Amino acid sequence: MQRIGVFVCHCGSNIAATVDVKKVVEVIASEPGVVHAEDYQYMCSEAGQEKIAIAVREKKLTGIVVCSCSPRMHEATFRKAAERAGINPYMVEIANIREHCSWIHKDINEATEKAVILARAAVAKVNLNTPLTPGESRVTKRALVIGGGIAGIQTALDIADAGYKVDIVEKTPSIGGRMSQLDKTFPTLDCSACILTPKMVEAAAHENITIYTYSEVEKVSGFVGDFTVDIRKKARFIDADKCTGCGACQEKCPSKKTPSEFNRGLGTRTAIYTPFAQAIPNVPVIDTEACIKFKTGKCGLCQKICAAGAVDYTQKDEIVTEKYGAIVVATGFDTISLDKYDEYAYNQSPDVITSLELERVMNAAGPTHGHLERLSDGKAPKEIVFIQCVGSRCSDDRGKPYCSKICCMYTAKHAMLIRDKYPDVNVTVFYIDVRTPGKNFDEFYRRAVEQYGVNYVKGQVGKVIPQPNGKLLVQGSDLLDNKQILKEADMVVLATAIEPNKDVRKIATMLTASIDTNNFLTEAHAKLRPVESPTAGIFLSGVVQGPKDIPETVSQAGAAAVKVVGLLAKDKLMTNPCTAKADELLCNGCSSCANVCPYGAISYEDTLVNDHGIRETRRIAIVNSALCQGCGACTVACPSGAMDLQGFSNRQILSEVDAICR
Amino acid sequence: MSHAKNQAERIREISGVNPLKCMKCGKCSATCPAFNEMDIKPHQFVSYVANENIEELVKSDSLWKCLSCFACVERCPRDVKPGKIIDAARQLVVRERGGNYLSADEIPELLDEDTPQQLLVSAYRRYKR
Amino acid sequence: MKYSYYPGCTLKNKAKDLDAYARASALALGFELEEIENWQCCGGVYPLGSDEIATKLSSVRALSDAKEKGQDLVTLCSACHHVIKRVNDDMKNCDDIRFRANNYLKLDTPYAGETKVIHFLELLRDTIGFDELKKRVVKPLTGKKIGAYYGCLLLRPSGVLAFDDPENPKIIEDFIRAIGATPVVYPYRNECCGGYISLKEKDMAKSMCDKIKESASGFGADMLITACPLCMYNLNKSAANGIPVYYFTELLAEALGLKEEAES
Repeated sequence: MQRIGVFVCHCGSNIAATVDVKKVVEVIASEPGVVHAEDYQYMCSEAGQEKIAIAVREKKLTGIVVCSCSPRMHEATFRKAAERAGINPYMVEIANIREHCSWIHKDINEATEKAVILARAAVAKVNLNTPLTPGESRVTKRALVIGGGIAGIQTALDIADAGYKVDIVEKTPSIGGRMSQLDKTFPTLDCSACILTPKMVEAAAHENITIYTYSEVEKVSGFVGDFTVDIRKKARFIDADKCTGCGACQEKCPSKKTPSEFNRGLGTRTAIYTPFAQAIPNVPVIDTEACIKFKTGKCGLCQKICAAGAVDYTQKDEIVTEKYGAIVVATGFDTISLDKYDEYAYNQSPDVITSLELERVMNAAGPTHGHLERLSDGKAPKEIVFIQCVGSRCSDDRGKPYCSKICCMYTAKHAMLIRDKYPDVNVTVFYIDVRTPGKNFDEFYRRAVEQYGVNYVKGQVGKVIPQPNGKLLVQGSDLLDNKQILKEADMVVLATAIEPNKDVRKIATMLTASIDTNNFLTEAHAKLRPVESPTAGIFLSGVVQGPKDIPETVSQAGAAAVKVVGLLAKDKLMTNPCTAKADELLCNGCSSCANVCPYGAISYEDTLVNDHGIRETRRIAIVNSALCQGCGACTVACPSGAMDLQGFSNRQILSEVDAICR
Repeated sequence: MSHAKNQAERIREISGVNPLKCMKCGKCSATCPAFNEMDIKPHQFVSYVANENIEELVKSDSLWKCLSCFACVERCPRDVKPGKIIDAARQLVVRERGGNYLSADEIPELLDEDTPQQLLVSAYRRYKR
Repeated sequence: MKYSYYPGCTLKNKAKDLDAYARASALALGFELEEIENWQCCGGVYPLGSDEIATKLSSVRALSDAKEKGQDLVTLCSACHHVIKRVNDDMKNCDDIRFRANNYLKLDTPYAGETKVIHFLELLRDTIGFDELKKRVVKPLTGKKIGAYYGCLLLRPSGVLAFDDPENPKIIEDFIRAIGATPVVYPYRNECCGGYISLKEKDMAKSMCDKIKESASGFGADMLITACPLCMYNLNKSAANGIPVYYFTELLAEALGLKEEAES
């Protein structure tokens, strides 16, 4: 029989206001096995933990039940306290009487009754607990960063600077991401390329960083500290070792009509191309769907012209397999499709553009060489209207329910830059709210209004009406004047909602990382563990976790790097001892468990078994405890009841159920 | 329950609209083709119900200017449906004795030789009990 | 192929030709419109109030009749289509309305939204196909620049009507191409003509129709086509730049070489 101590936490008033904690102590004290029960204001505090240590010493406790908050919050805290007091940490159980009880009930009698039941179940379980010892697993001292935008680059640089090897896998032909497409950045208006390209160069030159561009993660197996990843290096059809980046092939390529992804489809590119002049690596790729050689077998001009002999039409995709201790997801974002928002006439007029497209128009290396002009006729606009919140903050099925966070600031930036460079152009911004929390942000927006004379109108636009004369009639509301206004504009710019990159769902599935309904990856804890996925060894960097601007992205990227470094600095990791184990006498080697195991942790061995004096060799399931994550799928699938989860055995669970039903 | 509260509740019931979903963006008023003919504007339909200011709403001329064109319903980013609110307010009025906006007597002079049946039937449904 | 057909009041009177051209064209294209017996007026406008049942019953009767015959229900008038399609959606998805409507009607088998409601244009697009229609055209309307006027009722609310993109539709433009003419896209094609407001607020409807016609002719349209008798009436009241308005079925019959036959 165990000697169990029960500790009931008030959690200030969080629990004590709804649960009669004294009553819980009084009732639970008479449960079988309980030799000590007490309550305290904050069990997690140092004084609270000391109470546990004293009780262990004085009452010779062998098991502990803490009635407090969710085990996700403080199970680790109390296990450590138990260990310090000399008890195996797996002899501790948490009865969650806060999230599962006090927070969801109003009536004190009901809540108290439930708290007692939850405590009783935990006591019943501890009565059957056995001490468990974690194993150890090794840590591969190398990290993988998926995505080569500013988030991925910053995370990789910080990890590399700490002395660890790190690989970046980037889907497109160059690193740089969205930031490389931006013209200037708020709130300081420095040129995006001027601050990004040095970081790109630094990453490429870093001895600890390997960059795989035009590559995708294809398969992930393993677990924290020991992931194995297959990376598909798509065929560039260029030998990167030979290519000098002279660009002659791109000048001569006769297939010039493909919309440029980098310019958001506003300009064209050749079939053999680097996305932009400062691309890293400066090695082109051949787009086989546009290439005349690949489509018809004729042409081959790039190969003829290449002095280095780098063009190789026979190149094949290559799979690289590498081991990693940690994986960082930094896959970034895209703007949403505007197909469902054609009241703004995006599909009806070339002069209605997204803000990201405007970045390209304003950029000296963009399709208009930095001249602000209408894409329909190349004329200089005199009247520009910006529309905020296009597809953001929508609870219908067209848009996104969240605020995209960056639009208010970049629109103020665009408006200001236009008024600065073209003082004769009038700029109107239709807004619902102007959201500028951030250092020097509101001051920035006020400058747009007060110093640059940008006309902010509180209201939304209902319809953009293309006119026969090529102008755009913008029909919007001015809520402060209580008027519907019609404004004739030359250009309309839509602050389009952002969403996580389309590939992220596939990647999250490979990593078994959880993802929310908006396709943002979920944090382990929204406040306290914002850069970690609940899946151990997976970290989040940048917009993949939620909308954020560049300074926030860079901060978070650094934070993710620190977490990775903290993991890679360890030589061994403690493994969770709550793994599955087969009872040799019951197992009949049927393979049901191996078929459901998501981690490939189960194999079979012919084992000599002594079944009540009968000695024979049987095929028995063996669990690799380093691979087993303790999910319990095998215990349910096992037809003979041989498979059990240590720390969550069938007997323990059923005794909890019995205690609840008693 | 006060009369105003009661009436606001009736409008919420008939329309099936929850005015608390509104984020006050004004897209309905930006959209409405009858905006200039209305005294109380589409975005105000929502706030009038939220504020239980029904007495003024049901006196509004806007009740008879809304075209039920559903443009505000289609474009509302919060799925609030101001067009359904104003129809519910109209229902409150025409369901009361003497609340009809159209009397049989005035019909003959409103007709011409091309008037389609559809017009009469529709106006009847919207304006009369 | 046989379909149940709901013509509606106006098509029996002021808009007889909308109906006649459609029937003649349908026959020539190989499907038969079988008029529902004893159909009743749809009411012209969809009853928006969630507590209104009686005003929805005529639609339910027509829908149930088509279901008994195992046929899809074809509509032509935009208003009838709008009302019947939305009531059908209620019967399928709104437990309260379905329960109460069935209680009133006491049908042999309760109706729960089983019938598929198809607008004549959708029949052309989805069953015959505009490519096929193009092949059947004997007198293409080459050179005619036609603006499609959609109005409200076919498009909105798009969640229920599911007819086309409510902001940038193309079904009528595709139809115009199929009959050999050139579609003219203009931004007011999905704006309201004023609808029932024209009974009492004649000037209001007129100014709305002025905008529509000016927009269409500004983009080069010689004529407008519509599927709705009330839109036709309102548009005709506006004298703006005098561009004529036709029912789409008239041009269909003309392109199929059936116009005279249909008129006789």
